Amino acid sequence: MLHLFEYEFFRNAVWAALLASVTCGIVGSYIVARRMVFISGGITHASFGGIGIAYYLGLNPVTGAAVFSVLSALGIEYVSGKTNVREDSAIGILWSLGMALGIIFVFMTPGYAPNLMSYLFGSILTVGKTDLRLMLGLSAVIALFFIRFYHIILFIAFDEEYARAHRVSVSLFKYILISLVALTIVMNIRIVGIILVISFLTIPQSTANLFTKNLRLMMIYSIIIGIIGSLSGIYTSYYLDIPSGATIIFAFVIIFGIAKAIQAARTSAGIRRQIG
Amino acid sequence: MQEIVEIRNASAGYSNEVVLHNVSLSIQEKDYIGVIGPNGGGKTTLVKLILRLIPPMQGEVIYYGGDQRNLIGYLPQVNKTDRSFPISVNEVVLSGLMSANAGLRRFTRSDKARAMEILEMMGIAHLRKKSIGELSGGQMQRAFLGRAIISEPRLLILDEPNTFVDNKFEHDLYELLSHLNEKMAIMMVSHDVGTITTYVKTIACVNRNLHYHRSNIITQSQLAAYNCPIQLITHGEVPHTVLGEHHHNQD
Repeated sequence: MLHLFEYEFFRNAVWAALLASVTCGIVGSYIVARRMVFISGGITHASFGGIGIAYYLGLNPVTGAAVFSVLSALGIEYVSGKTNVREDSAIGILWSLGMALGIIFVFMTPGYAPNLMSYLFGSILTVGKTDLRLMLGLSAVIALFFIRFYHIILFIAFDEEYARAHRVSVSLFKYILISLVALTIVMNIRIVGIILVISFLTIPQSTANLFTKNLRLMMIYSIIIGIIGSLSGIYTSYYLDIPSGATIIFAFVIIFGIAKAIQAARTSAGIRRQIG
Repeated sequence: MQEIVEIRNASAGYSNEVVLHNVSLSIQEKDYIGVIGPNGGGKTTLVKLILRLIPPMQGEVIYYGGDQRNLIGYLPQVNKTDRSFPISVNEVVLSGLMSANAGLRRFTRSDKARAMEILEMMGIAHLRKKSIGELSGGQMQRAFLGRAIISEPRLLILDEPNTFVDNKFEHDLYELLSHLNEKMAIMMVSHDVGTITTYVKTIACVNRNLHYHRSNIITQSQLAAYNCPIQLITHGEVPHTVLGEHHHNQD
């Protein structure tokens, strides 16, 4: 098993898995705690528009996706601050608009777009040094931001109105956080793809949530579960020669199933103790 | 008496709907104001206006003296809480201190000691590590009240504190509020007119306008004159001056 580490592509994949687990563990816990899963799905799919436009203009697709998804994220946050807009409908429109733009621009681009499938389904085994540097930078920014401002993030997420009444710059924090959500999504599209990235942001977190009701611990557990799941996914996909992104998500679901079974067993043992 | 907040001829509401019209109210130290009025009459809008959650459309709200951030403690309606949110009871109480430095400062040892004091005062110290969703309605109210008073605000605003509360806690709550009232002004919004008028010193009737009644004794005919259609709870044979029957402790 260890001989795989002789290959650079494999070492890169392992690094990518570790960094993805860090960013998704932290940001995903925030998403799950604040019930922002649907918003995140909208941002994810909107980013495909950015990829398509970047292809058409001959730019770096990751840059295109980053710009497009951060702008849509800020747009969603702005719209949700106004009371008279149906937020879920707005997200639904953005969701499909992004995909539509992506498809149109990719179609209009002369020649074949070879990496497109890897954006839809991800491909951790082709992650390069540049991707890794970007992911490392983003992981550092996210980790530092959440460590430094943990409590204020927690309080705003829990009771925004209360934070506003205390004159906290709620909007500024929400704009920064939604941008970090968007950037996390874009960086991890390389790993598991647009279709599956939302699972990396929610399954390890929901698993962690079975064992803790503390946001900080939820983040830490999610990172650990993310690492275990993504590494076993990479190995399995390599040996069975099946797509890595899908295998990683499948590994997450298996871990979730096991965790749920353990929790159920514990609960029933607890009940039996109380009765007996 | 020192003034804390003054609302001067303010109108307030949402988008194009004006809920409160030309309202004036001065809140001073040691005040204990009960806010009553029909649903949709603007009680919550008044609270939001004072909390600076909505700006006045006309007129102004003036805050006097001291640290502006730590002026007001607030107990929201408990049923708005997301019970599955991952936050502990201790963290909820500590969050009442976020106003200092706009929440950018880290909690010190004395902040944590203070939180422990408040938790003990509220009788929920043993629950401090539980997540907020594991608490009963009454326990949750205690946690939120702890959050509201930990920073020792000059004005404490309570929005419907007696919903979802057991009788035992309701009694404790009013006892505690009377005690807190020695240090801070209190404004309490409630449906339960009969109960709150026993404890408050003055009454504000809010129904698009605001009529300030400088006593806690109010009659049905006065309410009618204030255009504040709420039914007073009647005890026995005296149908119209019910609240006068309660025991009063005006000072």
